[in-house]
Amino acid sequence: MTQAEMQASATQSSYSVPSTRKWRDYFSFNSDHKVIGIQYLVTSFFFYLIGGVFATAMRTELATPESDFVNPEMYNNLLTLHGTIMIFLWIIPAGSGLANYLIPLMIGARDMAFPKLNALAFWMIPPAGLVLAGSLLIDAPQAGWTSYPPLSLVSGKVGEGIWIFSLLVLGTSSILGAINFLVTILKMRVPSMGLNDMPLFCWSMLSASGLILIGTPVLAGALILLAFDLLAGTAFFNPTGGGDPIVYQHMFWFYSHPAVYIMILPLFGALSEILPVHARKPIFGYRAIAYSSVAISFIGLIVWAHHMFTSGTPAWLRMFFMIFTMIIAVPTGIKIFGWLATVWGGKIALNSAMLFGLGMISVFVIGGISGVMVAAVPFDIHVHDTYFIVAHLHYVLFGGSVFGIYGALYHWFPKMTGRMMNERLGILHFVLTYMGMNLTFMPMHELGLIGMNRRIAVYNPEFQPLNILCTIGAFTLAISTIPFLINAGWSWIAGKPAGDNPWRGLTFEWQTSSPPPIENFDLLPVLNYGPYDYGSGIRFPGEEIEDEETNMEAPPGGFMPPSESRAGS
Amino acid sequence: MQGSTIDPAKTDLNYHHDGEAAAHHEEHPDHRLFGILVFLAAESMIFAGLFVAYLTFRVVQPVWPPEGSPELELLLPGINTLILISSSFVIHRGDTAVKQNNVAGLRLWFGLSALMGIIFLAGQVYEYSNLEFGLKSNLFASTFYVLTGFHGLHVLCGVGLIGAVLLRSFKKGHYSSQHHFGVEAAELYWHFVDVIWIILFFLLYLLH
Amino acid sequence: MKIPSNILTLLAGIALTLISLWYGKNHGLLPPAASNEADLVDGLFDAMMTVSMGIFLLVQGVLVFSVIRFRRRQGDNTDGPPIHGNIPLEIVWTAIPAVIVLVIGVYSFDIYKQMGGFDPQAANDPGVTQIAMLPGEELATPLIDASKAKPAHNHVHLAVGIGAFPEDEGKMADVNVDVMGLQYAWIFTYPDSGITSGELHVPVNQEVQLNIKAQDVLHAFWLPDLRLKQDAIPGRDVELRFAPRKVGEYPVVCAELCGPYHGAMNTKMFVESEEDFSNWIQEQIAAIDDSTQTVAVNSADRTDGDFLKPFVEEMGISDVDRTVLQQLHSHPAVSSDRTAQVVNALSPAA
Repeated sequence: MTQAEMQASATQSSYSVPSTRKWRDYFSFNSDHKVIGIQYLVTSFFFYLIGGVFATAMRTELATPESDFVNPEMYNNLLTLHGTIMIFLWIIPAGSGLANYLIPLMIGARDMAFPKLNALAFWMIPPAGLVLAGSLLIDAPQAGWTSYPPLSLVSGKVGEGIWIFSLLVLGTSSILGAINFLVTILKMRVPSMGLNDMPLFCWSMLSASGLILIGTPVLAGALILLAFDLLAGTAFFNPTGGGDPIVYQHMFWFYSHPAVYIMILPLFGALSEILPVHARKPIFGYRAIAYSSVAISFIGLIVWAHHMFTSGTPAWLRMFFMIFTMIIAVPTGIKIFGWLATVWGGKIALNSAMLFGLGMISVFVIGGISGVMVAAVPFDIHVHDTYFIVAHLHYVLFGGSVFGIYGALYHWFPKMTGRMMNERLGILHFVLTYMGMNLTFMPMHELGLIGMNRRIAVYNPEFQPLNILCTIGAFTLAISTIPFLINAGWSWIAGKPAGDNPWRGLTFEWQTSSPPPIENFDLLPVLNYGPYDYGSGIRFPGEEIEDEETNMEAPPGGFMPPSESRAGS
Repeated sequence: MQGSTIDPAKTDLNYHHDGEAAAHHEEHPDHRLFGILVFLAAESMIFAGLFVAYLTFRVVQPVWPPEGSPELELLLPGINTLILISSSFVIHRGDTAVKQNNVAGLRLWFGLSALMGIIFLAGQVYEYSNLEFGLKSNLFASTFYVLTGFHGLHVLCGVGLIGAVLLRSFKKGHYSSQHHFGVEAAELYWHFVDVIWIILFFLLYLLH
Repeated sequence: MKIPSNILTLLAGIALTLISLWYGKNHGLLPPAASNEADLVDGLFDAMMTVSMGIFLLVQGVLVFSVIRFRRRQGDNTDGPPIHGNIPLEIVWTAIPAVIVLVIGVYSFDIYKQMGGFDPQAANDPGVTQIAMLPGEELATPLIDASKAKPAHNHVHLAVGIGAFPEDEGKMADVNVDVMGLQYAWIFTYPDSGITSGELHVPVNQEVQLNIKAQDVLHAFWLPDLRLKQDAIPGRDVELRFAPRKVGEYPVVCAELCGPYHGAMNTKMFVESEEDFSNWIQEQIAAIDDSTQTVAVNSADRTDGDFLKPFVEEMGISDVDRTVLQQLHSHPAVSSDRTAQVVNALSPAA
C-alpha cells in the first residue's frame, strides 16, 4: 500500500467511524490508545486515593508513640499495601497512562503498534489491584513492599500469596505495555521525524521502557522462586533449608531500583514538555536532556545493591555500587540545570501546570541531594532503614513523580477533555500539596538521623513532636486532593472549552482537535520545526499548520525497510 | 506467570486477523516481528535472573551440590537435547518451504517439529518420574525442577504455537510466500526455547 | 545607582558559599557521637551538608528569581529568546557535579576504610550456613546435621560488616560479644564468661567486637549514636567492631522489619568504665550461680523461654515495651510460636 492510498483510506475512515467516544467506551475493552490512556489515569488515581487512605491511617497511628489507632499487625498490613499500591498501581500505571495517551499523538501515529495488546495490558491492572487492596479484608501481606524472606515466608501464606500473585500480574502488564511503547516509538513516528526530533517525553519513555523490559522479568523470576518457597516448601530463600535470603534481595532490587527510574523518567519527560510551553522558550540542551535519560537508565541498572549496604554485601561490592550510584547524579544534574536554564529568561506563565512543574524541580532536587548522601556507604550505614530513607524516597517519588503527574494532568487535561481546568482551584491544590509535602517529609530527615527506624508502629516518645508535624502534613496532603477532585470532575463536565491549542504548544498533540478524533489526525502532520522552537517566529502554529500539511510524506520505500512494511500473516 | 509468556504472541496472531478483516483503518507497516523480538528479549531476562540465582547459590553454598544429591543421568537428557536442537533445523525448513509457497512442506516440517517437541516433553516427564530426588530434597533439586519445569512450560507453549500454525495452514491461502507472520513468530519462539535449553543443559547437567 | 549584574552575581555566590559553609558546621542535626567511627561519619555528613546546602540554595534561588523576574506580563503573548543551548555551559554543569561526586566518593571510601570496612576478616561474604527451623513452620525441608555444615569457618572467622581499624587488623578485639537477634529481642552472650544478657554492657575505650546472628528472620543491629548498623542474617556471620569513647547509655535498635512488634525490638547499650564493667560481669556470674538453673554454655538445647528468664527482670523495659507487651497479651494471634515463647518469658516483667 502506498502512502497516497493510506491517506485515501484514512480520509474515508473519517466518514465511517464516529469521531467521538461514548462514556461506555471507557468501561470496555477498547483498543483506542486515548481511551486506554484515560482508563490508566483514572484507575491509577483511584488506587492513589486508596494508598493515600492507608498512608493517612499510618500517620494517624504515628501521631502518638503508642500503638492505639491500629494494632501493629494491621500497621504492617497498611505499610505493605501503601508501598505496593503507590508504586505498582499509582505511579507506574499513571506513567503508562500518560505514555499511552501521548506517544501516538506526539509522534503522529494513529494508534499504538499493538492496540489489542495495549488493552489487554490495561485490563490486567484493575483485577490485580482490587485483589491486592481487598486483601486487607481477609489476610493482607505484612512483610513490607520489599517482602524480604524469611519474614515474608512466615507472616501469613494467604496475604503473601495474594501479594505475589498481584505483582506477577502487574509486572506482566507493565512488560506488555513497555513492548508497545518501545515498538511504537521506534517504528511508528511520522517519516519526517528522526529520533532527535522526538519530543523529550518520547525519549524518556524509551528509556523507561528499556528498563521495564530488562528489570521486570527478573522480579518475576524472584517472585516465582518466592512463591515456591511460600507455597511448595522449597528453600531457595529460606535459610532453614540452606537457602540464601540475600539472593532474593539482589533479584528484587535488580528490578526495584530501576523501578525508581521507571517511575521518575516519564515525569522527567513530561516536565520537559511542560516547561518550554509555559516559559515560551526552547528546552535548553535538547540532546543533553534526551541522552541523559538513556544514561540514567543504563547506569540505573548497575546500582541496585546500594539498597543492601548493611546487608550481606562484601566491602568491594559496597564501594562499586556507591561509585555508580553517585555517578547517576551527573545525568540527573544535567537535566535539572537544563530545566533551570529553560525557564531562565523565558516568559513564565504561572498556571497550575507550571506551578507543579517548577514545584517538582524544587522538591525533587532535595530528594536528589539526599540521594547522593545516602549513596555514601559510611553515611548510609547510619541512616539505612530509618526515616531519613523514608524522607528521601518520598521527596523523589512524591516530590518528583506525583508532582510531575499532577503537572502533566493540568497540562494535558485540555487536550484530553477539550476543557480547561479551573486555575484558582489548581493553585489552591498546588499550595496545599507543596506545603503538605514539605511538612510531612522534611521532619523525617531529622527523625532518621536521631534514631527513628522505619516501619514501626510504636516509637520512642522523644520522637513525638516531629512525628506530630509529619502527621499534620499528611492530613494537609489528604485534604489537598479535594480541590483537585472537584476541579477535575467539574471541569470535565462544565469547564471552559479549551480549543485545540490553548497553550500554543508546538508538539504534534496540539495540532489536532481537543479531544483528538478517534484516529488522532485527519491528515497526518508533517514536521516543519522542532518540538521546542519557541521564539523562532512561529505564530499560532495551530492555524499556520493547516497550510503546511501535505500528503506527500515520505519518499516511497524510504523510512521503513521493505521487510518491515510487509503486512498480513 | 506462564500466561504472560504466551499472551502477546497469541494476541498478536489474533489481532491482525481481526484487523485485516475489519480493514477500517490504513495498514501500518507490520511491526509484529519486532514486537516478538522485544518480547523474547524480556523473556530471556526471566531466565537470566533464574540462571544467575542458580549460579549464586552454587557460589555461596559451602558444599555444592548439597549433600545427598545423586549424580544426574546424562544419557536421556543428552538425547533430549539432540532432539530439541535438531528440531530447530527442522522448523527452519518449514519456514523455507513457506517462503517458496510450499504449504505442504510447511505442514510436514512443522508437524515434525511439534512431534519432536512432544517427544522432548515426554522424555522430561519420564526423567522426572525416575529421579531419586523430589522438589524439596535440597537446594539443587529445587533449582533443577523449577528451571527445567519453567523451560518445559515454554516448550509446551511452543508446541501450542506450532499447532496453531498447523491448524491455520489448512485454511486455504492463509499462508503464502508473502504472508506468513505466524510461521516466523512460531519459529522464532522455538529457537528461543532451544537456546534457553542449551544454556540450561550446560548449567544443570554438565556443570553439576 | 545601578550595580552591574556580574557584581551582584558575585555577591550572591559569596553569600551562598558562606551560608553553606556555616550550615555545614552548624546544622546540629545529628545526635552526639559516641565513638571515633561516629566522628568520621559525622565529618562526611558535614561535608555533604555543605555541598548540599550550596546546591539547594542555588536551585531554589534560580527558581524563585526566575518566577519573579521572568514572569509573563499581562497581555504579553510573545515568546522568549530562542536559545537552544550553550555547549560550554552544559560542559561546566556536567563537569562540576562529576567532580563533586568523585570527591565525595573518594572521601567516603577513605572513611569506610578508616572505620574498618576493609578488614579482610569482615569484608568478604562468608557464604551461608543452614540454620534451625523457622518459627511457625512445619518441617518443610529436611534438616542437615548442623555438625556437617561449614567446616571452613573454624580456621579464620570470616564475616561481613565493619571490622577492625586498619591499625588493629589481625588483632583480637578486647571484648567479644555474641549477639543473637530473634523476634523481638536481642540476646547478648559473653563467650569469655558465659554471661547471657538482654542488654549490652561494654567497657569504654576498648575494642568491642559483636558477632551478630539472627535466629529467625532478618534483623538489623543499629547503634544510632555510633552511626553503625549491620543486618543480622539467618545463616550468615556478620560482625561489627567499634571502640566506644564516652561512658553512657545508648539505644540499640532493630532497623529491619521483623514482624508486627518490630518497633518494640530495642534495648540499651551501656558503655561503662572498666571498673563498672568488671563489676557488672561479676554480678552477672553471681546471679547465675545463685539461680537454681545452671547456665549451659552450649545454649542450643534450651528454649527461648529458658534463655530469657534469668535476665528478664533486669532488661530495661521502657514504657513503650510495656505497652507492647500488654498488647501482645491481648493478642493471642501472634504470628509465630516463637513469639509466643518470647512473650511468655517476658510477661512477668510486664
